[in-house]
Amino acid sequence: MSAPEPLPDPLDVAALDTAVEAALADIAAAPDLDALKAVRTRHTGDRSTLALANRAIGALPGPDKSAAGKNVGPRRGRLNQALSARQVELEAERDARVLADEAVDVTLPTDRAPRGARHPIESIQERIADFFVGLGWEIADGPEVETEWFNFDALNFGPDHPARQMQDTFYVAGTEVLDGAPDQDPPNLVLRTHTSPVQARSLLERGVPLYIACPGKTFRTDALDATHTPVFHQVEGLAVDKGLTMANLVGTLDAFARAMFGPEARTRLRPSFFPFTEPSAEMDLWFPQKKGGPGWIEWGGCGMVHPNVLRATGVDPEEYSGFAFGMGIERTLMLRHSIADMHDMVEGDVRFSTQFGTEI
Amino acid sequence: MPRIVADWLADHVDLPGGLTTEQLAADLVRVGLEEEEIHPAAVSGPLVVGRVLELTGEPQKNGKTINWCRVDVGPEHNDDDGARGIVCGAHNFGVGDLVVVSLPGTVLPGGFEIAARKTYGHVSDGMICSTKELGLGEDHDGILVLTDAGHDEEALTPGQDAIALLGLGDEVLEINVTPDRGYAFSYRGVAREYAHSTGAAFTDRGLPDALPTSPPAATEDGFAVVVDDGAPIDGRVGCDRFVTRVVRGIDPAAPTPAWMRRRLEGSGMRSISLTVDVTNYVMLDLGQPLHAYDLTQVAEPIVVRRATPSERLTTLDDVDRALDAEDLLITDSPDGARGARVLGLAGVMGGASSEVSGTTTDVLIEAAHFDQVTVARTARRHKLPSEAAKRFERGVDPHLPAVAAQRVVDLLVELAGGTADPAVGDVDTTTPPRPILLDVTLPTRTAGVDYTRDQVVAILDQIGCAVVDGSGDRLEVTPPTWRPDLTEPATLVEEVVRIAGYDQIPSLLPAAPGGRGLTAEQRLRRSVARALADAGLVEVLTYPFIGEPDLDALDLPADDPRRAALRLVNPLAEDRPLLRTNLLVTLLEAARRNVSRGLDDVSVFEIGLVSRPTPGSPAAPQLPVGVRPSAEQLDALAAATPSQPRRVAGVLAGHAVPTGWWGEGRPVDWADAVEAARLVAQVVGVDVVVSADPDHQPWHPGRCARIGLPDGTLVGHAGELHPKVVERLGLPARASAFELDLSALAAAASGAPVVASSVSAFPAAKEDFAFVVDAEVPAQDVHAAIVAGAGELLEDVRLFDVFTGEQVGAGKKSLAYSLRLRAVDRTLSADDVRSVRDGVVAATAERVGAVLRG
Repeated sequence: MSAPEPLPDPLDVAALDTAVEAALADIAAAPDLDALKAVRTRHTGDRSTLALANRAIGALPGPDKSAAGKNVGPRRGRLNQALSARQVELEAERDARVLADEAVDVTLPTDRAPRGARHPIESIQERIADFFVGLGWEIADGPEVETEWFNFDALNFGPDHPARQMQDTFYVAGTEVLDGAPDQDPPNLVLRTHTSPVQARSLLERGVPLYIACPGKTFRTDALDATHTPVFHQVEGLAVDKGLTMANLVGTLDAFARAMFGPEARTRLRPSFFPFTEPSAEMDLWFPQKKGGPGWIEWGGCGMVHPNVLRATGVDPEEYSGFAFGMGIERTLMLRHSIADMHDMVEGDVRFSTQFGTEI
Repeated sequence: MPRIVADWLADHVDLPGGLTTEQLAADLVRVGLEEEEIHPAAVSGPLVVGRVLELTGEPQKNGKTINWCRVDVGPEHNDDDGARGIVCGAHNFGVGDLVVVSLPGTVLPGGFEIAARKTYGHVSDGMICSTKELGLGEDHDGILVLTDAGHDEEALTPGQDAIALLGLGDEVLEINVTPDRGYAFSYRGVAREYAHSTGAAFTDRGLPDALPTSPPAATEDGFAVVVDDGAPIDGRVGCDRFVTRVVRGIDPAAPTPAWMRRRLEGSGMRSISLTVDVTNYVMLDLGQPLHAYDLTQVAEPIVVRRATPSERLTTLDDVDRALDAEDLLITDSPDGARGARVLGLAGVMGGASSEVSGTTTDVLIEAAHFDQVTVARTARRHKLPSEAAKRFERGVDPHLPAVAAQRVVDLLVELAGGTADPAVGDVDTTTPPRPILLDVTLPTRTAGVDYTRDQVVAILDQIGCAVVDGSGDRLEVTPPTWRPDLTEPATLVEEVVRIAGYDQIPSLLPAAPGGRGLTAEQRLRRSVARALADAGLVEVLTYPFIGEPDLDALDLPADDPRRAALRLVNPLAEDRPLLRTNLLVTLLEAARRNVSRGLDDVSVFEIGLVSRPTPGSPAAPQLPVGVRPSAEQLDALAAATPSQPRRVAGVLAGHAVPTGWWGEGRPVDWADAVEAARLVAQVVGVDVVVSADPDHQPWHPGRCARIGLPDGTLVGHAGELHPKVVERLGLPARASAFELDLSALAAAASGAPVVASSVSAFPAAKEDFAFVVDAEVPAQDVHAAIVAGAGELLEDVRLFDVFTGEQVGAGKKSLAYSLRLRAVDRTLSADDVRSVRDGVVAATAERVGAVLRG
């Protein structure tokens, strides 16, 4: 251990300056926060020249005290300022380095939570419902296993009506019984061949005036192929009010077509026949995206509600008139989204639904 | 459906020159006769008339003899030596015969292309055609000898185009006739519609005055006919018109003239014999089905009556049929036994015994009018949609029989050398169409188009109605006899709008009075579907058709209510005749399909109806059209309609979180299914109680949660599937599933607005607990005990650890909970917290035997 050094002379300005210069050089040269901490101790700690000089002031005679204070104080201040400034600098450098070190490859896949999807047949039915709700209509549902009366007779298909035979109907035989004798009587039930029975149900349940759309599942005995499926979907529209005309039917169809297919879409009617409408029409859609150039394609059937349908639901055809229309949801979807094969829509392959996400 | 040969149509209506098939289709669709198909020309290329000049039989090693022919096919096609060499295997022709030759380059029906080919030591430079090869008949052996087929030798020249001669180059339009337009099953009707569409001049050949000689009135000695309908359907007698005519001395060998064959074949009907062809020709022309009997095989009187239960008939198609008491029959009376012998099913098909044959010289012609429903039911019952039945069930003009019979008589006299018998039978009990009162403003009020009174009257007149202008807005409109579909004002309105043109109707969106938006159930359904999709499940739709083996694959017990399924009479697949009673049975198959397509991690869901019938339910009442059912009848309809709850089901298999750069993935387990089920309930806004259900297939007995409402009502199940079921279905191990009754959940939702509690801003206190309980104690019970013990200061409780092992002892488990406590009105004191702690410890000890871990 060396002999204690004499305290520095606080009046020796040159010595003080040498110490300050040395300290400033060390501060500037401190490469990191740890080094700066050592520098701080060395140059401002208890055993540093300036601290010792400061301590020595006390021993000076009065007049020198003041001069010595003016020598030491500002120099200490300079050092502390330099230290603080360097501290801030080095902290910023350290923070930047930590963030740089934490950098990741942001292009890594992030599919940790698999995405789900809606089936487009369902999404488009919701979109259709939204369109009609926007017009002030309501949405009605009905059973899929339906009584023959609602599926046919209420809609003016008598038992011997040729059109009743043309519907390719699934008939219900009865209920499988777990034990005992099977049901004998034909239950007079069918899988609904169209969404039209909901017309009759709604008229009976809700009365008039009535503006409803009924999207839903329907059934016909067509084998599955690229363009047919035994289980499919329709949307039915029905408006019954005082003073409704075929012009209102056309207006509704045009607006619906635009909502589904864009502003260029429009419809045209061709005379046809349905038991539950009179006059009846087939409806064609002007389809700009048609393969081989824009043109008309069949979209659905429609007409003015037959007086017998109104009578069957207790509505006076002398006072009220109405129009009804129906179109295939699958066909609408196939046209709108260039779907080539019905199989994709019915097989339940998740790759089909996933393309559509949750909105359509 | 009818096929339209243009030049035949031109017999009834003026057609413009150069009318294309496309234009004809466009003109007809405008008035509602839709194009079904345009049939292309059957034959193209050089098909010509040839005369056989030489014919040399050449025996072959295989025992056959072929004919080496030299055929004159006209200067344009002949070789330098004035003919062509053709090999032919048939023998029904000879030198000098005029035949049809397909020269190389001809394409015959079926796309059969003719080329010169070397055969039997000759170059055969074409083919001599048979009837079958030309698509004109089934007779394959027979070369078509033109003079035998009714062609006039004088009019034929070798080299002449045979395509035009035989009508094989005609493109033919097939139209679709809607059930209300029976009259359009004839050239007469289609021509009328063409005239309506285009304004072309139309001649109604179905009216008596269109004939050269008007049909004679019935005579005393007409062939006797008795209509004896003992059981009319709905009060309508089965036959209200029966005209008989007799033509004697026809030449049974007389051929059908070529023009008639061409027209029949173009219209899709095979030529059979002159007499049959004539009746078919007149039927297609006017729409009146006709039948020709061999007069010698029919004994007076003909009796039109219903069948008796044991009667049988062999119809023209050689099928022996058991007759139904509702079938209307044509019978005759051999040996005076009145109506004893069945000749045919009225308006549907004749019997084999009385049909005209190759020796028939005297013909009895039947032109009758039968009830639509009677014919429709018989045709349906015997699966005989014959040409006659198709017309009668849609309605035939009751004024046609006399005219049509006269046409047949005239043609048989002209073409078969017969003599018309002056005796004419005509049983006529037809009633004239009833007039309809039409408000002349109704078409305008229906269509939204301003039709003038004159326009309405003119259109109704144009379609054949008799219009009497009444007082005020009233018109008295009597429909024509060929329009039985015109029964009430709306049907007349359609005619006015249709003939004036649907394109005249403006587009005017109606203003609805404003609705109530989606129903609560509709909104919930959407929210549930969206929540499941957001949770990573993919929505699919499956067919509801199942078979018993599908239920067996789920190991459902024999008495499981899910086996009480509705059975279809006519399923598409015989092995899937039932309707699903739950969604999983079909959804599992969709999951399996995905797995089999290499998609190992598959989470799918479906929302749909299932049917849950009550065995022994009453049948639905059969009620009439056009009448509102009574309240009791509506109740009966409702009672007969099987219960069809809407359900939501999901199948989760493979990984819930895939393996990736972040580390090992997490396989799906039972909790994912229960979580999805809880999510559904939460979205619907219903509290559910989860409890173990050790006995519900197809779930794992130890990993199946019963989902119930607080009142105990079952709403579904969730958990891991039974390993045996998983293996059987080929799904990844630990596949899990849920199925919930969405209708029941939605019904349980109160729908009442949430009453909000204010949010406390005072500081929270956190307290952790670790309890040791018996391993069998359900976590839900411990949770409930904590909630009860903590009291109103409890804000949140979370189970953060479940631990079993030596430290806690055999048959025990440790559950660690973190509680967040907060008061609404103050900062919690140490006493508050202590009091909660004591309450929790006491309640858990008391309710579930929990011991606080030291």
